[in-house]
Amino acid sequence: MTEAVRQYEPVIGIEIHVQLATRTKMFCGCELSFGEEPNTRTCPVCLAHPGVLPVTNAEAVHFGLMIGLALGCEIAPSSIFHRKNYFYPDSPKAYQISQYDIPLCTGGRLGDVRIHRVHLEEDAAKLVHAGSSGRIHGAESSVVDFNRCGTPLVEIVTEPDLRSAAEAAEFGRLLQATLRRMGVSDVNMEEGSLRVDANVSIRPAGQASFGTKTELKNMNSFRFLERGIEAEVARQEQLLAEGGTIQQETLHFDPEAGSLTSLRSKEEAHDYRYFPEPDLVPMAPTEEMLVRARAALPELPAARAERLERELELPADTAKLLSFRSELGDFYETALAADSDHPRRLANWTINELTAAVGDGDPADTKLEPPVLARLVAMVADKQVSASAAREVLAVLIAKGGDPAQVIEAQGLGRAGEEELGDIVDRAIADNPDAVEKIRAGKQQAIGALVGAVMRETKGRADGGEVQQMIRAKLGE
Amino acid sequence: MIDRDQVLHVARLSRLRLTDEELERMPGELSKILDHVEKMDELDLEGIEPTTHVVELQNVLREDVPRPSLPRERALAGAPDVADGGFRVPSPGGS
Repeated sequence: MTEAVRQYEPVIGIEIHVQLATRTKMFCGCELSFGEEPNTRTCPVCLAHPGVLPVTNAEAVHFGLMIGLALGCEIAPSSIFHRKNYFYPDSPKAYQISQYDIPLCTGGRLGDVRIHRVHLEEDAAKLVHAGSSGRIHGAESSVVDFNRCGTPLVEIVTEPDLRSAAEAAEFGRLLQATLRRMGVSDVNMEEGSLRVDANVSIRPAGQASFGTKTELKNMNSFRFLERGIEAEVARQEQLLAEGGTIQQETLHFDPEAGSLTSLRSKEEAHDYRYFPEPDLVPMAPTEEMLVRARAALPELPAARAERLERELELPADTAKLLSFRSELGDFYETALAADSDHPRRLANWTINELTAAVGDGDPADTKLEPPVLARLVAMVADKQVSASAAREVLAVLIAKGGDPAQVIEAQGLGRAGEEELGDIVDRAIADNPDAVEKIRAGKQQAIGALVGAVMRETKGRADGGEVQQMIRAKLGE
Repeated sequence: MIDRDQVLHVARLSRLRLTDEELERMPGELSKILDHVEKMDELDLEGIEPTTHVVELQNVLREDVPRPSLPRERALAGAPDVADGGFRVPSPGGS
């Protein structure tokens, strides 16, 4: 086998950092910042003044335990913090308090992907490069804003179990949906409360050992994650095909240019000289802490999708969408509780018509009440209103609220009655002798013109199939 | 034995500038410290957990309750160079 035709298999592992949705920072009482003026959420601890002592936020530990339990991890009976030493202006202490050889949680699994570890740490400050403020000395300096410094983070590391860019993005979405459901983080990638790095290597198909990996940093959407991994896999394949070797390095993916640039050479960057943080004592989760964390776990998206599929016989894609976007799932299940006769039809209306109207928003924020959607869907099922008319009714209900029957009455959207429909069909037949002739001559598709005329006349208040049947009957077909 | 290159490496990581005299002296001094710590290896430490803290405390946690942050002027009071409400630093990209 020559090098050129050799097939490579990508091997991908993911590291995700999530900012925890606590009120205060990891090791001090400063409130977390949401766009406040720079350096208004700081104190001697997070500014690293001499002699200060960090004290761990109990809620951050609680969230960390929830995440560990949700991912089926083993919780360390006692875990400790380390200092990760590096010199950079985003860290006033010149180290980050993180966890090293004894993290809070190890092992675990989400979907088909094994979790390596979950640990607690603190976020760094933000550097504003002076170029953006338009100052003359811009290029020479940066301005540090310590509001974010010390924000609690959880880092989740997977095993290298992912085999394609698409799998990696899919896993990321599942993890995001899971964390969002748990309420432990805002998981907003654009705002940086969820950040993803990918470790990417390739190996000849069938080979057991791993190739040299590179790290893709901080992609701010799952789409960019997917494209970044694809670009990196292609780069590595080409490099190997040309007889080159992969350098271990950190890369930044530019989604606009589709290009990868090396961020830092590794020579000295990764010499972090970890040692145990002497200012913090071990965390040894008590039974009480574990019970509380377990009790705080809601039904998670993977379990919900499985349940919707099994109990309501929804298609897998539908069940997944209702579970990944839990606000849709909640709306759906509340509606279903009011009327459980049409689970599939109601699900379709929720993920199609309702999402078309609310986009990425929460349907609960509209004037539409879940039981009202259930009533409307039941009316469609009972043929009291046509699907197209019901869409118009839905738009009114979303904007103004109210009752479907009243909206149908007020807007004259009720289904055309047999007698009314019969008259309209008769008129359509009389008005379109050409089409009638073609149908009689065996050109079945000519019936479309007649159906179209009837639908126009009824403004969508009739059912296309029923109209067709009536036309055929009247023509004696 | 710590050599001169290792001293230079650690000094660079810590952003320390050593004089020639210090650079001569440090390898020997640092090696002596390590030798001293190495004496521990003479003890039988079989089955003894590494100690990370001398006081036997655990779970010293703080409720997630906000405390007032510093007014910005005070936070910035010790900064050698202030700009745009922040601490101005040499651009790290250049290092």
